[in-house]
Amino acid sequence: MKKLINLTVNNEHHEVWTSPHKTLLEVLREDLQLTGTKHGCELGECGACTVIIDGEPLLSCLVLPSEVEGCQIETVEGLAQHGKPHPLQKSFVELGAAQCGYCTPGMLMSAKALIESEDDLDPQKIREALSGNLCRCTGYAKIIEAVEKASLEHQSTTETSHG
Amino acid sequence: MLRLPPFELLQPATLAEALELKKQHGEDAMYTSGGTDLYPNMKRRQFEPHFLIALKGIEELSRIEIKNGIRIGAGVSLDKVANHPFIQEHYTALSTAAGLVSSPQLRKMGTLGGNLCVDTRCTYYNQNYPWRKSLGFCMKKDGDICWVARSSPKCLAVSSSDCAPVMLALEADFILLGNEDQRTIKAEEFYQDDGIHYLRKKPDEVLISISLPEKSGWNSVYKKLRRRGTIDFPVLGAAVSVRLDEDGICQDARLALGAVSSAPVLASKASEKLLGKKPDSDLIQAAAYEASKLAKPMDNTDMNLGYRKKMVSVFASRALSEAIAS
Repeated sequence: MKKLINLTVNNEHHEVWTSPHKTLLEVLREDLQLTGTKHGCELGECGACTVIIDGEPLLSCLVLPSEVEGCQIETVEGLAQHGKPHPLQKSFVELGAAQCGYCTPGMLMSAKALIESEDDLDPQKIREALSGNLCRCTGYAKIIEAVEKASLEHQSTTETSHG
Repeated sequence: MLRLPPFELLQPATLAEALELKKQHGEDAMYTSGGTDLYPNMKRRQFEPHFLIALKGIEELSRIEIKNGIRIGAGVSLDKVANHPFIQEHYTALSTAAGLVSSPQLRKMGTLGGNLCVDTRCTYYNQNYPWRKSLGFCMKKDGDICWVARSSPKCLAVSSSDCAPVMLALEADFILLGNEDQRTIKAEEFYQDDGIHYLRKKPDEVLISISLPEKSGWNSVYKKLRRRGTIDFPVLGAAVSVRLDEDGICQDARLALGAVSSAPVLASKASEKLLGKKPDSDLIQAAAYEASKLAKPMDNTDMNLGYRKKMVSVFASRALSEAIAS
């Protein structure tokens, strides 16, 4: 039995006619064709499916879409604005913070939630915030550097825009 | 792909509605809140309820009240418990344990109540359906044998909650609401040493809140053993709360162990060793050794059996030393 579910993804409103027992990850990928969000373990252990829901990084493989109707859902597809990459995307490219790239969307979303909620970041805080995102290529050092770089840029742009 | 089996999601607005729905659907329905333990288990076909009763939207379950101690709603997220200033100050072991559960994302989704009721775990159980089928299933689900110890009459799956042993150490009371009544049960009586029937909770009952007594003058510590510094369930947990007087004499002590059997264990004989004495390192070692006698780990979790057994006194002694020194 299918059900109509209203979802707001990357500021766009979607009415999805889907099975209510599908996870948000499945609905994003299969019904909305937003395949940037990856399915890894599907058991909440790897972080590849991380999306931001109302500002918090959560695991879309364990979220039921009916429970996030009315919430703001952000996926990796929403990072670039007006054709320009997000500071995190830029720093990941510049520092080579992706190897096979499978964990990257999840890393980016955990990192985005972090840099938007905390100003005073250091490598330890970044490590802790990304501790739910596994990188099988083990390229953690560059990922952490890239997040630190982007957070500095994020701070300077928010300061400019407020100043 | 691992997909959830079909079910209907019911979203009651109040606890009374939730209980009514459970009464209506009986065994066909299960309660869910964060879903971080139940959904993986459903994906592996360990549970296939036709109805899920979502407790997440019920406001009453997400309250924290500070009065003669603290009362924490079972629906409060582990992340909130870990970062709550009053809990960090007065119930340090609890904020530590909650902050060590799984990963940052999962702690924002998972709840305190969920962690306290988390399903017991075992190498032979936490596998997907084809894996379990190829072995011939185990008694916890779909089979009749325990693969850990074939002659065992009961399931030996392991209590894998970080917060449960802390609740024993902090003398918590659990408040359960059922169709008949509301009742309060001591944390240590809530659990029983049986991997299948590991909670003394009736199917219709909901764990609604956790009440912790006032603990000024106490220090509490939680230590966790696992392979990685994140994500993994505890292979061992040691929770301690102690109260020393001005001269450093131990007035009260409670030590509890997690992940050593199907229930968290209160090490009463070990804590008694400390009472009325000024604990030095020899006494702490003796108490930790006494506690380790209670641990009878089986070969059904991560890490080598002998190592896990050895680590019980090491972790108990580290937790005791830290609680006494702080």
